[in-house]
Amino acid sequence: MRGISKAYLIQRFGMFVITVWLGLTLMFIIPRLAPGDPVAAMVSRLAAQAGRVEQSDQIIAAWRERFGLDAPLPVQYLRYLHNSFRFRLGYSMAYFPTTVEEMILRAMPWTFGLLTLATLISFTTGIAIGALLGWRPTPRLLRMTLPLTMCFTAIPAFMLGILLTYVFAFGLRLFPFAGAYARGLAPELSWEFAASVIHHGALPACAVVLTSMGHWALGMRAMMIGNAGEDYMILAEAKGLRPARIFWLYGVRNAILPQVTSLALSIGAIAGGSIIVEYIFTYPGMGYLLYQGIVNNDYPLIQGIVFVLICGVAVAVFVIDLIYPLIDPRIRYERQ
Amino acid sequence: MNANNTTAIFARQRLAWANAKLVAGMAIILAVVLFGLLGRVFWDVTQARVASCPLNLPPVGFNPPGPGFQPYQTAHPLGTESSGRDMLALLITGTPNSMLVGLIAAAIGMVMGVLLGMTAGFLGGWVDAVIRICSDAFITIPSLAVLIVISSYVSEIDIKSMGLLLALFAWPGTTRVIRAQVLSLRERGYVQMARLSGASSFEIMFFELLPNLLPYIAASFTAGVSGNILAATGLEALGLGPSRVPTLGMTIFYAIRGAAILRGMWWWWGLPILMLMLIFTGLFLIAIGLDELVNPRLRRAGGGQ
Repeated sequence: MRGISKAYLIQRFGMFVITVWLGLTLMFIIPRLAPGDPVAAMVSRLAAQAGRVEQSDQIIAAWRERFGLDAPLPVQYLRYLHNSFRFRLGYSMAYFPTTVEEMILRAMPWTFGLLTLATLISFTTGIAIGALLGWRPTPRLLRMTLPLTMCFTAIPAFMLGILLTYVFAFGLRLFPFAGAYARGLAPELSWEFAASVIHHGALPACAVVLTSMGHWALGMRAMMIGNAGEDYMILAEAKGLRPARIFWLYGVRNAILPQVTSLALSIGAIAGGSIIVEYIFTYPGMGYLLYQGIVNNDYPLIQGIVFVLICGVAVAVFVIDLIYPLIDPRIRYERQ
Repeated sequence: MNANNTTAIFARQRLAWANAKLVAGMAIILAVVLFGLLGRVFWDVTQARVASCPLNLPPVGFNPPGPGFQPYQTAHPLGTESSGRDMLALLITGTPNSMLVGLIAAAIGMVMGVLLGMTAGFLGGWVDAVIRICSDAFITIPSLAVLIVISSYVSEIDIKSMGLLLALFAWPGTTRVIRAQVLSLRERGYVQMARLSGASSFEIMFFELLPNLLPYIAASFTAGVSGNILAATGLEALGLGPSRVPTLGMTIFYAIRGAAILRGMWWWWGLPILMLMLIFTGLFLIAIGLDELVNPRLRRAGGGQ
């Protein structure tokens, strides 16, 4: 990591720790603010399912001890932080002997893959569209057609997802309705499996890409227009540099910096939105798992997933923070 | 000199473009609001209740999607869904409810954001550091996910409490924008002037800074309304919304649960989505209209950081 100042690194890492800690604390407070005793509620749910639960008092006491709810709050809190730090998220209530971390680890690759790929595609395409739109020499034809790609910008990803399912899965039968790969296949490294994964992931990815692309394009366009009047652009033109060189090294190079900042700011929102996209497509990632948690009132699972989501987003933001100085030399030299 | 001219020309072009967007967006939103307010005068909205109409009728002029469906009836121009609710009545009653959730959350978020942003930008020092770190952390956290956790503990929620719940995460964006603006404004001549002439911090904040911030507040309020309607619809689509009053998001949830996509009942989910798309597009046009009206300064201030 050549050139990143130590102060910057510490500052960004501090932000990462604070974000994760804040998320953890929220997950600790929310259940304890909820009305009623969670364990008693669990037992009464059991009773509702099984008709009757024998010795419910003893079960409640045992479970309170099992979940550590008999300890004073600060002790509970420290224990909770310690367990989360070791990635011990507790047991799922609906699938009891299974731990939450097992379930999440099974779902995580799907969410991670879909989200990373979709965000990268949407970011680069959006940036390209915005750069061309904000660049005066762009041909008129391109200038007229490119805004059409932004027509889904105002729509939430999951609604576009429903539309896409209806048109391409129900109507045209080009893409599958649900799942991440065809039913007969087992996850393995083969062309057939990879093709199936792409076939299943195409619609959810499209829903995310098409709805988020326009935001990057709009931001990029505004920055390119703002840049066009700057002195260094005029000097570059006056020096007679090739237009392509001016476009890439003077225009895009400078306009892209704020977009990277706004990427870091919106990753949380993108991750949140993709939860519902996964649910629409019954894509076996963490969003769909979260929905199952809601349906089953599986609180440890819900909290575990949200904790992992918060961590994932915080890591992504931290990584962007580390990349940022490499493309913006001003931060590198700031404190030297 | 030349640079200033080009900027001015671009600014003027952008202004005209922005106004067109602003007007179009406001027209759309006005139409949607009128539909919700006046619709109940002309249409019997008690048909939004369960089992008040025949089931699964397609909208007028459309063929039934399968063998098990009745042909359309003119008494139900937009069709009905699987629990016997009239779609038109659902849209008329659900649209204002969905918009209200967004308005409540965005209004509270705006007030909090403006107060925090102004305090941070104006006072500086450790107050600024605390507010900035909190708002950055809250922006990073996927708020929808945390909202899902909260709502999963709440068994029954109404429109107002849902708005209050969403407001918990509605302030960081505004705080950020306002803080950045205050930072750039507070060094301006007229603020220095006010300070020299003995105005208190409070007076400077509310009489000198606030009027200049209005366009930014308006833009981030509009973005807030649409963001909160989006979050509310997201929660509702998962079944975590109010179940006693109709909203557009809950209608989508019932449609998904009733396998409306597989049964070809496009009107069940399509009409509420269409309505939401109108709302989002309208608000989006207003937001970028406002944004581009005021932005040359903002962009430059933001780009310099």
